[in-house]
Amino acid sequence: MPDHAQLLPGTLDLLILKAVSLGPLHGYGVLLRIGQISDSALLIEQGALYPALFRLVRQGLLKASWGTSENNRRAKFYELTAAGRKRFREETEGWNRLATAMASALAAKAEEV
Amino acid sequence: MKLLAWYRSAAAKFFHRSETADDMDEELRTHIQHRADDLERSGLTPDEAERRARIEFGGYERYKEESHEALGGNLIETAVQDIRLSLRTLRNSPGFTFAAVATLALAIGANAVVFGIMDGLVLRPVNVPHPESLWAIEHFESYPNYIDLRDRNRSFDSLAAWKMVFTGLDTGNDPANATGYATSGNYFDVLELQPSLGRFFHSTDEHGPDSAPYIVLTWAYWHNRFHDDPSVVGRTVQLSKHPFTIIGVAPRGFYGTLLFGAPDFFMPIVNQEQVDGQDLLNARGDLQGIFETLGHLKPGVTPAQATTDLKSVAAYLEKTYPKEVGHRDYTPAHPGLFVFGGPARAFLTGLMLLAGLILLAACANLGSLFGARAADRSREVALRLALGSSRRRILRTLLTEAMLLSLAGGTLGLLGSVVLLRRLSMWQPFPTAPMRLPVAPSATVYWVALILALVSGLLFGVVPVRQVMRANPYEVVKAGSSGRIGRRITVRDVLLVVQIAICAVLVTSSLVAVRGLERSLHSHFGFDPRNAMVVNVNLPQAGYSGDQLPIMEKRIVQAMEAIPGVQRAGLATNYPPLVYAAATGTHIFKDEARDLRPGNAAAEPYRYDVSPGYLEAAGTALLVGRDFSWHDDENAPRVALVNRELARKLFGSAAGAVGRYYKLADGTRVQIVGVVEDGKYLSMTEDQESAMFLPFLQSPPKASDLIVRSNRDPKQTVTAIRTQLHQLDTGLPADIDTWNNFLGVALFPGRVATMALGVMGLMGGMLSITGIFGMAAYSVSKRLRELGIRIALGAQRTELLQAALGRALKLLTLGSAAGLVLGLLATRVLGSIVYGATPRDPVVLGGVVLAMALLGLLATWIPAQRALSLDPLILLREE
Repeated sequence: MPDHAQLLPGTLDLLILKAVSLGPLHGYGVLLRIGQISDSALLIEQGALYPALFRLVRQGLLKASWGTSENNRRAKFYELTAAGRKRFREETEGWNRLATAMASALAAKAEEV
Repeated sequence: MKLLAWYRSAAAKFFHRSETADDMDEELRTHIQHRADDLERSGLTPDEAERRARIEFGGYERYKEESHEALGGNLIETAVQDIRLSLRTLRNSPGFTFAAVATLALAIGANAVVFGIMDGLVLRPVNVPHPESLWAIEHFESYPNYIDLRDRNRSFDSLAAWKMVFTGLDTGNDPANATGYATSGNYFDVLELQPSLGRFFHSTDEHGPDSAPYIVLTWAYWHNRFHDDPSVVGRTVQLSKHPFTIIGVAPRGFYGTLLFGAPDFFMPIVNQEQVDGQDLLNARGDLQGIFETLGHLKPGVTPAQATTDLKSVAAYLEKTYPKEVGHRDYTPAHPGLFVFGGPARAFLTGLMLLAGLILLAACANLGSLFGARAADRSREVALRLALGSSRRRILRTLLTEAMLLSLAGGTLGLLGSVVLLRRLSMWQPFPTAPMRLPVAPSATVYWVALILALVSGLLFGVVPVRQVMRANPYEVVKAGSSGRIGRRITVRDVLLVVQIAICAVLVTSSLVAVRGLERSLHSHFGFDPRNAMVVNVNLPQAGYSGDQLPIMEKRIVQAMEAIPGVQRAGLATNYPPLVYAAATGTHIFKDEARDLRPGNAAAEPYRYDVSPGYLEAAGTALLVGRDFSWHDDENAPRVALVNRELARKLFGSAAGAVGRYYKLADGTRVQIVGVVEDGKYLSMTEDQESAMFLPFLQSPPKASDLIVRSNRDPKQTVTAIRTQLHQLDTGLPADIDTWNNFLGVALFPGRVATMALGVMGLMGGMLSITGIFGMAAYSVSKRLRELGIRIALGAQRTELLQAALGRALKLLTLGSAAGLVLGLLATRVLGSIVYGATPRDPVVLGGVVLAMALLGLLATWIPAQRALSLDPLILLREE
């Protein structure tokens, strides 16, 4: 079992947006997709996904509709709204900036200071 | 955009609450099933897969709850939850809940009742269009003066006037007493009213005396006596044996321009002689002609300008009619309460203030109880905080509790006040004078009660806020409940002292009022109301007028004296003393006076035209001289009796006055033949006034009241009087009551004041008991352990009580002393309402001290018992 990274606060929302941006998904699908794209390195308790999903729906970033899953079960599918797409772009850029900054900061060596 | 989406989802949640919940449930279940499907595919048994899926999902209920919250619009559910939790908490402490609700119900109820009365009598104007520009000259005036006022002022659109008439209304076969307004022809036009049926009379209908035999019924009278029959318009009825045609019905809800009056009909004042039996239209000096003059101010004219304008009319009148008209002071006021407006307003404002103080005291009380509870619950609060509950949530539950209590109390109080106000509005304190208290509860009263409930809930709900905000979960859990005991003065202490002071004020003023009332019931009136009946034989109503009056009156007096058991009978005009708070003052002059203008008057005594025998019938002692006889008639020299006060004013002493002369307002010389004792005439609280008595046979004929003194049972006397009257004239209507009952009217303000103060005092007392009790009980329970140790170490009972209750008792003493002083200051005001109310009364002082001591004893009894019965062993083991 790989080491699980603790989820930073606020990163779950971004991960969900990322997962859904690749195509409409139901809740369990979002979970699988996150596991898949993060190489199962990020772990969350499965139930914790739903408050986040509903919060994003409330913020108008996701919209939900009932459909049928690949297992032939009735399931609610989520997809990005226009606002969601915009937010996803902004958040991604923000994250990248932060990650770059953090990476270069942490890579600094004594002689460079 | 975001906001919109939030609103949409909140709205959807609100309206489709269960749908959303089902939706969410299904979605979460689907998730678990999907996971189970996957696990099953990886080789687990279906049961095991399902179990694992559930475990991996985590706390199902918790996430569902969080999801709900994430979805927004949870206010209602959280509120419902809060309410449920609060109800549970309150159910767990029924004693506290009961005390809080009862306290609030009483306090809010008292406020609602006082406000209802104030709303009906003071705040609400008379029921006519544009009441804001309607102003009235609220004192008696003569009809000719009114005509001059109407025609000479430049401030009013027009001026209307009215007087009261008491008569009988006979539709043909059922004569019944009725009261009405005799109004100027323009009355309804000035008030801008439209009839609900038929038509009104107008100034164009007035063509001199007795020219307009029309009446307009009030809606209520039409409803009650004529059962809403529209065909009454055009019917002819008899008023005092004179035919009048009903021409219309006034609008519903219009009861004339006196708020507490309830007239049955309106008639043109030009026809007043037919009903009153005497002509007032031409009597410039007779101030009984007009009761009230009123009209709308012209646009742009201020009341101050109107006053100046009226002053110039008054100056004109005084100059033009020096003999009849004295100095007149016309100050316009909003109509409705007549001259009672000032005192009623002052009294009600005072009462409202007291009621407000009571509510404040109740809030202080509940606030400290609440604070105490919060302190006791600090462990629970700390636990909840430690378990992750937010401070906001805890405060919300506390506030919800406070709101629930105050709403429950407010509802109960309002219900009680509605019942009370309904009964008050039906109340007829005087059987012989119809009265209407327009105090039926209105929407305003409901709103005020609701707002008061919410505000008081907030007030006492915020008391524990600081405590909760400061609560440190680790400290409290660690240290247990034996927190340190504050020695400094806390807000709670101040609240309690203020509250006790308020209570002491109330107790003091109600005691002063009760003492005053008691004294006024046993005071000397200058006549003896016991065993005396007042018989109002309305001769004008029976068709007698002019010279027929005295002849019939003499026959009636003689018939009364023929009744076995009747000692004496006599009659008096202008109402006997202290009946209906009515009396007529008139100017008199020294014998040598030449210039008989009112400004030169030697005195303004009350005037009573009486028959021989009146003094004995009334029980008024003759000090010197002689009583009248039947020979003191129009052919005999003019004579008079004066009271001691008038004799002193005119001639310095009673003995020196007999045989001397003075002049009446019209210049007639009268000789004083006797002096009678002083008495009360208009009201119980008046200063000593002068009065004169003239033989009724030497005065213009007038309606009068009969005084019959009998040593028989009043009931039998009444029957005998009726039989005698019936033998004289079968059509004679008569109101008969004991003089004592009539005094009820004079005592009415004092009685009402005493009653109101008594109730307030009682409530204040109850509040102090709960307040002191709460404080004492709390301090004992807080210090149980300390007290236990003291007992174990051998403390005496007195030392123990001193430790447990010393603080409460100190606060009680402080509050009582402050309240007593304030109360004594406040009761100076009472003197004008309640006769003989004086704070310098040892009974009052002693009573207050005793009452407060009793309150303290009562309130600290249970906590003291608890402190004394402590078993140190059990206590120390428990900790």
